[in-house]
Amino acid sequence: MNQPEAKPCADAALQPIRRVEGEPLFAEPWEAQALALAVALQQAGCFTAVEWADALGVAIKRAQAGGDPDDGSSYYLHVLDALERLVQEKKIASADLLAAKKAAWVDAYEHTPHGKPVELR
Amino acid sequence: MPYSLSNHPHHHDHQPAHGHSDVPSDPALRTKALESLLTEKGLVDPAAIDAWVEAYEKKIGPRRGAQVVARAWVDPNFKGRLLRDATGAIETLGFLGREAQHIVVVENTPAIHNLVVCTLCSCYPWGLLGLPPRWYKAAPYRARAVIDPRGVLAEFGLALGDEVEVRVWDSTAELRYLVLPERPGGTEHLSEAELAALVTRDAMIGVAKAGALREGRA
Repeated sequence: MNQPEAKPCADAALQPIRRVEGEPLFAEPWEAQALALAVALQQAGCFTAVEWADALGVAIKRAQAGGDPDDGSSYYLHVLDALERLVQEKKIASADLLAAKKAAWVDAYEHTPHGKPVELR
Repeated sequence: MPYSLSNHPHHHDHQPAHGHSDVPSDPALRTKALESLLTEKGLVDPAAIDAWVEAYEKKIGPRRGAQVVARAWVDPNFKGRLLRDATGAIETLGFLGREAQHIVVVENTPAIHNLVVCTLCSCYPWGLLGLPPRWYKAAPYRARAVIDPRGVLAEFGLALGDEVEVRVWDSTAELRYLVLPERPGGTEHLSEAELAALVTRDAMIGVAKAGALREGRA
């Protein structure tokens, strides 16, 4: 049995549940890719499903504490945050390495003429 | 601003210049950085990532869960096994595959109504229902399903009598719940496939009854 304890965020308890018909699963392609990466790393044995859910829960709580509305619209930012932190905790890549790779992508976009495929150099 | 890499000492300002490709958003860049690093390390295969996304966007939805429910409605032996060992029963239908998760099925009856939530994040039986709707992942549902389940159900248009006990189940990474809704009355003549068409995603989360809606709401 797994009956939950009530320990929710007080503000959220006052909000209506907002449903939108026909809403796409992903607002932008990166959202799907970030979630797929999290699944792939679990399948590769880098972390367990429990570690993933814990990291995601921590990311959500941290965002709430920082004023995030946690209304579902920022969910994939929490996914991305959890993924980056787990990758670092598991020593797969450091924050510096992630930042350097991100900067390399920015550089690639800024130096690729419009219309050409953007690739890391 | 809040989404740049934390603890990162450098700051990169990316003012777009003219003529080059548009620089993607910060989260898109962070995702690309992760994907390229993980690919270089041989931990992910970009083709598999694309295939996973396409499967969840186009193929895997609540229909598998609906087929499980319809089978349980027509086959008492299957239903018995489903309630005892859902993961094993569902595997006989070939639905769990690589993303096998431990599934527990909880049965609605005239006296008991079950409602599923993940108070922590978004744990959900993906292999049976597809990815969860946004409201399932949002704080209002996660919080209120526990403290005011009847109010939540009323908001979804489901008014239950006081004699009905409402049970709330908190999904985790290890244990994911699926509601077996009550078979609607007057459906004795329907085929298994026709019955499956009455089973919505919302009915299997427990915020609706089977047959109450023709299509799951987004």
